[in-house]
Amino acid sequence: MNELVANVTVSGTHDASVIRPRRLVRRPRILEVAAETAIKGVALLSILAVLLILVFVGKEALPVLTSAEVHNEVTLGGLFLPHAQAGFMWQPVSNEPKYNIVPLFLGTLKVTFVALLFAVPLGVAAALFVSEFAGKRFREIIKPAIELLAGVPSVVIGFFALVVLASWVQRAFGTEHRLNSVVAGIALAVAVCPIVFSVSEDALRAVPKSYRSAALALGSTKSQVTLRIVIPAAAPGIAAAIVLGFGRAIGETMIVVLATGNAAIFDASLERSTRTVTATIAQELGEVVVGSAHYHVLFALGALLFLSTLVVNLGAERIVGRMRRRLGGTS
Amino acid sequence: MVRAARLGVGGRSHVADRVLLWLTTLAVVIILAMLGLIVGNVIIGGARTLSWEFISQSPRDGMTAGGVFPAIFGTVALTVLMTIGAVPAGVATALYLTEYASPRSRLARLIRVCIANLAGVPSVVFGLFGLGFFVSTVGGAIDRHLYGGDMTYGKPALVWASLTLAILTLPVVVVATEEALRAVPREMREVSLALGATKLQTIVRVVLPQATSGILTGGILAVSRGAGEVAPIMFTGAAYFLPFLPTHPNDQFMNLGYHVYVLATQSPDIDRTKPLLYGTVLVLLLLTFMLNLTAMTIRTRARKRARTHD
Repeated sequence: MNELVANVTVSGTHDASVIRPRRLVRRPRILEVAAETAIKGVALLSILAVLLILVFVGKEALPVLTSAEVHNEVTLGGLFLPHAQAGFMWQPVSNEPKYNIVPLFLGTLKVTFVALLFAVPLGVAAALFVSEFAGKRFREIIKPAIELLAGVPSVVIGFFALVVLASWVQRAFGTEHRLNSVVAGIALAVAVCPIVFSVSEDALRAVPKSYRSAALALGSTKSQVTLRIVIPAAAPGIAAAIVLGFGRAIGETMIVVLATGNAAIFDASLERSTRTVTATIAQELGEVVVGSAHYHVLFALGALLFLSTLVVNLGAERIVGRMRRRLGGTS
Repeated sequence: MVRAARLGVGGRSHVADRVLLWLTTLAVVIILAMLGLIVGNVIIGGARTLSWEFISQSPRDGMTAGGVFPAIFGTVALTVLMTIGAVPAGVATALYLTEYASPRSRLARLIRVCIANLAGVPSVVFGLFGLGFFVSTVGGAIDRHLYGGDMTYGKPALVWASLTLAILTLPVVVVATEEALRAVPREMREVSLALGATKLQTIVRVVLPQATSGILTGGILAVSRGAGEVAPIMFTGAAYFLPFLPTHPNDQFMNLGYHVYVLATQSPDIDRTKPLLYGTVLVLLLLTFMLNLTAMTIRTRARKRARTHD
């Protein structure tokens, strides 16, 4: 009996076959196999889901490349190159529809830039506070509070920006347009901040305690330890946090729908209304004729968005994985 | 650690220490202030509107009066259906990853990558996907084969919006369940197997009961997330206004978040709708906060219990 138990402990949970428990009790094996197959099958759903998204968003986007019917209204060049008279213009509903998507991407980048300008310093600094300075009690208040902030629905943040924040910003800076990139960017920062915080905090916490102790023992001050040891060690994770924050910012929809003003203006100004890729899809897809050029262009925008976030996520994951392996080996 | 720094030899750098402490504290204060401002503003603005009538009545007079009952009903129906899809699938995925797959399994790694990516896909892309896949393709096929081409399921509907949200919230369930499953001590599985239980018996009678609170946490967080999403349901089932409550899976439905969007952007008279708008936002915010707080409480308790086990 002792031998048996020892055997199980050594072999671990994944290889119970050593003691062949099924034979001991003569259970019907078929149920085991069926359950394992079913569970494995359901687990494959997540792979299937990603593939289906790729296929079905891609399928509706593809006519932009291939369909002659779509090309009558918009050519591939027309999506990116300036129109002879109108320049870079997104104006899908008009006698001569213009589908230049450059202003939309510019809008997304402007708003994202403002959002990261606020969210990155705030999120990283707050993560530093929690991992390096806060006591246990503080930590147990701050982390759930930020989690709660992450749980605020984006339409609520958008509403707040539209009704309250926009007036504050206009009063403070006297901007021409009430809704603009700055208002939307600040609102977006509220949504991005929790992600930057939690990913950075994970990274900072992954830095082994021995690093800090060693540096302190050698006579470094707290700030030296933090700035020269902890942050460099966690830098890849913090970079991943910024990358993931970027991914969240370009994909966010309801905040920018409500807070940007939605005018597809092609300029670099942050204090004028702007229109993002996501807001364009959200506002125009409901009224578009299924199968029209406009419909396919909107799906193409979605496909581009999907591919960008895919790249962003995979990139961030690689960075984090590499950092964990490096830190894990030395702790 | 802080104390060790104060004892440190480099006394002249104490200013830097203090500056760093103040800067990071400031960041925390600003973040908490953002939360406080939003919540405070919504509570103050919405409290006057919030009443039993507001919660129990339908909108009237072109949505400038009345309540939000159909939107609450629709949100609940949506998230219940979503949960039926997301929780079993999420739990099974987590079970596969922790109980069945070997640590080096490439398939398990691929599944993890896909889960992480699903969590990062923009919600509006889920809306496009729901429209292109569920509404047009699946719904269209059902209509062709079962309803002789009549438009029955090939249109935006409660069931399609729920399924779209189920995929969107799948990662939430998987992550929470996996954490709970990993917290179950390995010895428990070993003892169960050593006593002659099969793997399935061990999972069903030993592992899962231990992980209940984690699964519950995941489910509640998923509901909270799903209740607040708007972009994925805009084209897959949500309606501006419906004079009836949805009773069939192929009905359209009203939704709190979508109602906020509609009132904020399409209202003919913004001053008259503003109180209703604030009231709706407050209901939505209270709903998601209560769900989040419940999930966090359950999780904290489960984590404490797990720690005492060790």
